[in-house]
Amino acid sequence: MNRFAYVEARLSSNETFVSRDSRVKIFDGDQKTDFEEGEVVLTTHRLFWGRPGEIARAAVTLCLPLSYVISLGEETTASNFFGRKTRIIMHLRPPGPDKMPGPLDTSRATHIKLSGKNGLSVEFHSALRETLNARIWEISLTSETIIRGVDSSPTSESGNDRLARIQKRTGIGGIERHLEAKAKATDENIALAFQDLSVLMTMAKDMVGLSKTISGRIREQKGEISDDETVRFKSYLMSLGIDDPVTRDNFTSNSAYFSSLAQQICQMLIDPIEELGGMMSLADVYCRVNRARGLELLSPEDLLHACEQLRGPIRLRSFPSGARVLQLESHDDDLIAIDTLEKVQAAESLAVEELAKQLGISLLLAKERLLVTERLGKVCRDESVEGLRFYPNLLLQRD
Amino acid sequence: MTEFQWPWEYTFPPFFTLQPHEETRQQQLKVWTDLFLKYLKHTNKFSLSINEQSLPLFHNESIQRRLSPELILVILEQLQRTGHAAALDKRRQEWQVYWYTLEEYGNMVYDWIQETGQTNSICTLYEIASGESSTQMDFHGVDESVLLSALRLLEEKGRCELIEMDGSHGVKFF
Repeated sequence: MNRFAYVEARLSSNETFVSRDSRVKIFDGDQKTDFEEGEVVLTTHRLFWGRPGEIARAAVTLCLPLSYVISLGEETTASNFFGRKTRIIMHLRPPGPDKMPGPLDTSRATHIKLSGKNGLSVEFHSALRETLNARIWEISLTSETIIRGVDSSPTSESGNDRLARIQKRTGIGGIERHLEAKAKATDENIALAFQDLSVLMTMAKDMVGLSKTISGRIREQKGEISDDETVRFKSYLMSLGIDDPVTRDNFTSNSAYFSSLAQQICQMLIDPIEELGGMMSLADVYCRVNRARGLELLSPEDLLHACEQLRGPIRLRSFPSGARVLQLESHDDDLIAIDTLEKVQAAESLAVEELAKQLGISLLLAKERLLVTERLGKVCRDESVEGLRFYPNLLLQRD
Repeated sequence: MTEFQWPWEYTFPPFFTLQPHEETRQQQLKVWTDLFLKYLKHTNKFSLSINEQSLPLFHNESIQRRLSPELILVILEQLQRTGHAAALDKRRQEWQVYWYTLEEYGNMVYDWIQETGQTNSICTLYEIASGESSTQMDFHGVDESVLLSALRLLEEKGRCELIEMDGSHGVKFF
């Protein structure tokens, strides 16, 4: 199906109409497509398929150059309700690099089928076979090369060469040729670049494997290397990353992937989160996790899905402001509020920045802490030209 | 006139910001409405304009905090809910504020008329609000337009009748 291109339904020079049929649908391999109930027109060079009336109007329709066809087959289906009908199978060559855009960019099928309500007419079928056998498109191509070959005789070579160059550069055709060449060059560049990257990836896999075997060997012969050295080497390995990152390739279902990813994130982050006072913003989580994974990077979406699966000591929490953090289960709002209130009382009043500095946490988290405390009625806010500050809630607690 | 006694909240900066916490906000508004009434009574005023930026009630210079017009409006609307204030214009910028609700005023005046045996006689509004005989009463010195509103309420209950003469009002109690 990806051999089809969108082309205006006009005959080019030395192309002639051969046959037509109506109410035809196209199968991509054995699969049905949306292209049903259409008209097919066969010419000496190409096969057109359009919705009723489109070909007559010379609108843009699907077009398959006959040069793609390797061979022709047929298949008969019989059912009790519809009787017998014949489908045409066309086996096709892989699409050329200069193919115009069509309805499908990629397709695994190497053949298409034409089918109609009552099968295709016998006339169309035989016309198609004859046209393919005649190979008229090849004749015109070779005749062109023959003419060119005659022209480029040694006597007039220089003049002809110039003519060809002028032909190449001038006019809309020239511009199009130029653009085409450029696109081709870019394509090649990109392919080359990615080739490098894939080499790097395979090398990296080897490197990870190597470090794993080394660490395994160390574990075995603990006696021979001093403990001190082992510890140091291990710490190097650790800083390289987690030794066996969970990757999508190992899993068939998304949910299993996310839940084991969640488990790994939990193991990895429980200590750092505790150190930070019980909360870590998702941005920090993202950085830390990907730093530890090294090359098998996680997408933000995958990380978020995994965090949503977190059960146990760490869980994902969304604040009313929209900020999302990972939080220790043991770390609840009342504790935060009491702790934050102590800080505010000690300083008489606190701005968000001051609290962030005191606790060594991000502004976002400091603000969420203060807002949680405010929601529990333990502090109250003062908004002025100097900014937002929080005071102990004397309005409620005095008297 | 003695110096006005500001409550301690007046020097507490968060007092000038509307609090999002429900319970705190209720308490804050309660203190503010009390303060509004006390302050107006102290300065003998019956009307407020939201645009009076320099009024000490709206602006505590010592801590450099002022009430935002939005918050003033919230407080006045709270006063309106308890019958202590009414907007004078459509844009709700000018407000009449009553130290007592109109009903309380009406009842006080009616009780005083009963006690002093002035039923069935006609008094002017000036006599009631500023006459020598009412100097001891809580409603003494009340703004005449406020008094008029209170008496209209009494009239609806059939306790008095307002008589208009030469642009000023008289009232007869039953």
